[in-house]
Amino acid sequence: MGEGQFLADDALRVRLDELDDEVARAVEAGDERGLWSGLQALADAVREGGEKLSDEDLRPSDAIIPPEDLSLDEARELLADEGFIPDLPIPS
Amino acid sequence: MPGLMGRLTLIIKAKFSKALDKAENPNETLDYSYEEQLRQLQNVKRGIADVTTAKKRLEIQYTGMQQQVDKLDGQARDALKANREDLAREALTRKAAVQAQLEGIMQQGQQLEAQQQKLTEGERTLSAKVEAFRTQKEVIKAQYSAAEAQVRIGEAATGIGEQMADVGLAVQRAKDKTEQLQARASAIDELTTSGALDDLTSSSDDIDRQLSQISQGGQVDDELAKMKAELGKGEAPPQQIEGEKT
Repeated sequence: MGEGQFLADDALRVRLDELDDEVARAVEAGDERGLWSGLQALADAVREGGEKLSDEDLRPSDAIIPPEDLSLDEARELLADEGFIPDLPIPS
Repeated sequence: MPGLMGRLTLIIKAKFSKALDKAENPNETLDYSYEEQLRQLQNVKRGIADVTTAKKRLEIQYTGMQQQVDKLDGQARDALKANREDLAREALTRKAAVQAQLEGIMQQGQQLEAQQQKLTEGERTLSAKVEAFRTQKEVIKAQYSAAEAQVRIGEAATGIGEQMADVGLAVQRAKDKTEQLQARASAIDELTTSGALDDLTSSSDDIDRQLSQISQGGQVDDELAKMKAELGKGEAPPQQIEGEKT
């Protein structure tokens, strides 16, 4: 989150999905440490295994990794509704 | 249960496409998107400036608390010199309480520092993307049919929009966190200066006043001793006189 875009190959995608599931399980179990280590693992996997896209690349992303310091409450909010993400400005 | 990553992605995409749906004509989309990007980039920059200001204020508060710790330490020493162990203990207890809070705030402040660097980097990336979009939109306007331009520009605008939302959210979080830390530091500062922390650690009152009296008293004694020394032998110890007797 907030660190630019990376290109992930198939193997990395599989790994990210696994890690994402672990994170969701940690939230379900109310395990904040598990949540943080999971989010950290997700972000690290992308930073290490992904290929950083050039700044001029304007492609949309397929997936957005949540912030590493997301609290348990924020994570629950994220899974439950949209409250946590601020609205984008909508043109009138 | 869907993962957090999938959920966050879905939400950001949904929010962005809602924003983009408003403009219908491709050329309008192009110019509108670009203006919107510039505006949002300004917001991101302003957000980062806010985080920087808030962090500076936190540093000032931090220095104040550090001084409080030093002061309590000095008071404990003075109290001990004056044989007031009870007061020394009280001062040290307070010092420990402030210090514990101080460490927590410092640790989180350091995390913020790292985050701030990432944000600045994110802002630089966004600027580059917006500039690339400006170049591309002219090419697209000139070379493609309306329908094709719509698709291409929609994609590019979505790409930037997502990044913008992503960095914007990170900025917002950093700002909230800094302000929380500030509020915490202010609260502790107020508690220690008003003496309300006494109630938590001890039932004695006026400790601060007694402590500072001892400090001042100590200062007076020190100065007296210094003056006596300057004036010469005026301060011969009474034991010597007794010694001469025997």
